[in-house]
Amino acid sequence: MIAHSLDEALAPIRDGMMLAVPRDSSGAAMAATRALIRRGVKRLHLVTLPTSSLQADLLIGAGAVETLETSAVSLGEFGPAPRFTAAILAGAVKMRDATCPALHAQFQAAEKGVPFMPLRGLIGSDVLAHRPDWKTIDNPFGQDSPRGADPIVLLPALKPDVALFHAPLADRFGNVFIGTQRELIAMAHAAQKTIVTVEKMHDGELLRDPLLAAGTLPGFYVEAVAVEPRGAWPLPLPDHYGTDAAHMAEYARLAATPEGFAQYLDRYVYERRAA
Amino acid sequence: MTEFRDEELLADAICRLIGDVRHIAVGAQSPIPATAALLARERANLNDSASRPYVSLLGSRDHTFFTDGARELFDCAGQGRVDVFFLSGGQIDGQGNINLVTVGEYTHPKARFPGSFGSAYLYYVVPKVILFRTEHSRRTLVPKVDFVSAPGGSPGNVSRSGGPVALITNRCLFDFDRSRARFRLASVHPGHSVDEVIENTGFDFDRPAEVPATPAPSAETLHLMRSAVAPMLAEVYPEFARRVFGAAAAVPSS
Repeated sequence: MIAHSLDEALAPIRDGMMLAVPRDSSGAAMAATRALIRRGVKRLHLVTLPTSSLQADLLIGAGAVETLETSAVSLGEFGPAPRFTAAILAGAVKMRDATCPALHAQFQAAEKGVPFMPLRGLIGSDVLAHRPDWKTIDNPFGQDSPRGADPIVLLPALKPDVALFHAPLADRFGNVFIGTQRELIAMAHAAQKTIVTVEKMHDGELLRDPLLAAGTLPGFYVEAVAVEPRGAWPLPLPDHYGTDAAHMAEYARLAATPEGFAQYLDRYVYERRAA
Repeated sequence: MTEFRDEELLADAICRLIGDVRHIAVGAQSPIPATAALLARERANLNDSASRPYVSLLGSRDHTFFTDGARELFDCAGQGRVDVFFLSGGQIDGQGNINLVTVGEYTHPKARFPGSFGSAYLYYVVPKVILFRTEHSRRTLVPKVDFVSAPGGSPGNVSRSGGPVALITNRCLFDFDRSRARFRLASVHPGHSVDEVIENTGFDFDRPAEVPATPAPSAETLHLMRSAVAPMLAEVYPEFARRVFGAAAAVPSS
């Protein structure tokens, strides 16, 4: 369960799989993402819970993504995500536009083992119009309302093959401390397998300490853990380190062109200087 | 009159729109609304008010009370526990529809924006949604959006407790009349004119015979923004905080 190397931990991620990753402020496994690109992973169905920034843009730019399911991809203060934008304009990825709470609800359905979850909103939007896999029904509990039954959207459960994220701590039993980033727990509950990189190993047993246990993902759900100090770099890890703003600005500048993006990959991904 | 920046005028105007509420939530890429939300909380602090609003800034560790992960904001909003939220759009039209996705055909777009974020849900369930767009042009304020991330209104049979109340731009402030699904020019910012607003707006809107000027922020408000709000903003919006408040945050005026 505690892998000897990052590549060993990432071995279960195969070409063509549905891979779930968190928003960038929750702990994105960036060292692992660079390792996947070095390995040449292909045809991923990438699902972001619920948004992404550099992680999705790198995977898309590297040609690793066939289908993208997300509420938004952006570099935030550093501007639009250039490789995502270019890929959409070129029709190079199959896009499934979602909205944040829809993705949360779809993971929640998978957590519960039920086929769908209803959600308010959406009706009359083009987000819904372009999602044939989402269904609208009349609220079966709304028949007695004076206005009649209201329409409501049902969203299918999302069951990723693998969930991948970065967290502060794991213990030798594979328990992972995630703090208040509880969407990581939802991801792990929903996914077939969960792979985690952590800053460092914790000497004790996380589940035996009631203060830590409340913020711990049990090892029961975890396939593999690899230790990768600063494994979210250049993205932040909550309570540990912030965004590397200079690096993000450099990425935004380089990734604006295919040539610049190739230079970025050479310098920071293939060279392993940063990993 | 004290000198002020456009961002400070907009944040002050948004703060007035927020009003006296219990919970203000701010989403991604919303530095001016974040300034307004924190300003609203600071003003309540000044009055030693027990009605100090809760502020939830997405992406913040210091300015959020959520402990149930990213979904708590949406669950909270679904129950009616979020009073105010802010949305923008690559395009916004005269019916209050917003587009955060594509220009041109969805399958063969001419331009692509990041995506809808939480708009396709929050627009329906948050009572007071304030629209903001700092580029006021015929490119952004259009007769009809190319893609509806979230509609400004819904038919009567759709369960909907929320929607737009106003749109603020770099030139003016519009109110939104939900019953008529139309914007009405409420005020024009200092240095801008009604003619200029008409010239740069791609949709029809109502306007009174006399359009007032948006009030300039008071010296007290500017002091609160620069001394108390700016350092808090820097956690989530370091670039914005440096660009707009850099000097003021380093050397607070007294």
